[in-house]
Amino acid sequence: MGFHKLQEIADWVQQKNLPFWKVVMQDDRQERNVSEEESFGMMRSMYQAMREADQSYSPELRSASGMAGGDGARLEQFRRQENRLIGDFLTEVMEKAVKMAESNACMKRIVAAPTAGSCGVIPAVLLTYEKQKEAGEDRMTEALFVAAGIGEVIAASASISGAEGGCQAEIGSASAMAAGAVTYLEGGNTEEILHAAALALKNMLGLTCDPVAGLVEVPCIKRNVSGAVNAVVSSQMALAGIRSVIPPDEVIDSMRRIGKLLPGCLRETSQDGLAATPTAQKIGKQLSEK
Amino acid sequence: MNLFDIVGPIMVGPSSSHTAGAVKIGYVARKLLAEPIRKAEILLYGSFLLTGKGHGTHLALVAGLLGMKPDDTRIPHSLELAEQQGIAISFGEADLREAHPNSVLLVLTGIDGRELRVVAESIGGSRINIASIDDLSANFSGDYPTLIVHNQDQPGHIAEVTSMLAHKSVNIAEMRLYRASRGGNAVMVIECDQEVPKESIAWLRHLEGVHKVTYYSLEEE
Ligand code: SF4
Repeated sequence: MGFHKLQEIADWVQQKNLPFWKVVMQDDRQERNVSEEESFGMMRSMYQAMREADQSYSPELRSASGMAGGDGARLEQFRRQENRLIGDFLTEVMEKAVKMAESNACMKRIVAAPTAGSCGVIPAVLLTYEKQKEAGEDRMTEALFVAAGIGEVIAASASISGAEGGCQAEIGSASAMAAGAVTYLEGGNTEEILHAAALALKNMLGLTCDPVAGLVEVPCIKRNVSGAVNAVVSSQMALAGIRSVIPPDEVIDSMRRIGKLLPGCLRETSQDGLAATPTAQKIGKQLSEK
Repeated sequence: MNLFDIVGPIMVGPSSSHTAGAVKIGYVARKLLAEPIRKAEILLYGSFLLTGKGHGTHLALVAGLLGMKPDDTRIPHSLELAEQQGIAISFGEADLREAHPNSVLLVLTGIDGRELRVVAESIGGSRINIASIDDLSANFSGDYPTLIVHNQDQPGHIAEVTSMLAHKSVNIAEMRLYRASRGGNAVMVIECDQEVPKESIAWLRHLEGVHKVTYYSLEEE
């Protein structure tokens, strides 16, 4: 059937007395007519592919345009430094987000989640969690189901495409998905999971898609960092008992309406925003002469 | 869309439309030619032309033509691989009017001289549309086994093809008809739920009034 509202998932969780992730998995089983092993195994393979992509990051990578590469190594260096303002968890989240997004720009294998441009957000949060909190792969796979369930609802009732809804639909959706997943890992209940997602998405509403020279590099790569950090912070708010005044499904609906109101020049066409700056124009010209 | 379009697919970056979609276009075109490729002219259009280099679109198209899937880590090296296999690849601009912004015209020649012109579009996510084959409309996604029959526009051909499919227990998922002019060149595009047997395709090729039969199979090579 496919979920169109987060509330529908919440209702099932209650009625069937199943964990959030399992309700999402049951839905997938029905949709694709597959066994529990197949569905869980496929999600596990997505998680493993994320881990492989993270591990195969190389500091030497540079994109064809020359704009992307090397920042993951900078953050890794920074993480080893004593005088940092933020703790180990967020520092590693930042590092992993940049690494994944740079790998994507440099034609490495990644997992689109929900898109290639926003592929760094979810793995940054989950892989860091697995490593620092020593959670097993089964738990991580379950968390990925939670993320996917939230993403499925956003895709069905708003959008996960920058060309359709702006960057709020890509980095914003990824951030909401990661926020729900990490809240689940931290033992959050259904309400906390949904409000973490809502808080994360609210912080990203209105974000435009204005990539320099039409490439998935600037501002995309660094936005993956903001999306990942925002996910963690939103999850912490929800776990502290803070609730989004606007209910989660209404937040998603606002995202849909804002996406519709965004002019075409701010939806992946690179005609305005950052892409229209003198520097972006210069970069575009240099690339076309290459 | 299923759950693994949300978390997934596993793909080589950077762009689902300009990279993963482009691999898929090359892959489908290779299968449509149905013999090893000797020469491929790749003519880009719109955003494929303008931002293709930065997205690796040209590498992705060649990778697909070599039979790779969107998650193949050899995609960035496809040009070297094509050279090693002795396939002549050239790039240019396509003069397509009012086409989808992410379009490409592939002009392929096989080792036994078979030729094929395919216009394909990457329409979002990594979904594609094969817009035309040999300059006649086609419009199919590559998600189903697809039979494309070019024939003379005259009575009886549609019945011949559909009754053959019925006889082979192949169910038609979708079917579209186009024609250039009355009595001129016509096309049937038939997306099927099952694979069409090889001998039936060979049989179709020998029918009078049938100019060309192209088939896209989902079976692995
Ligand atoms: S700016 Fe556009 S291309 Fe870049 S991540 Fe955001 S939505 Fe994707």
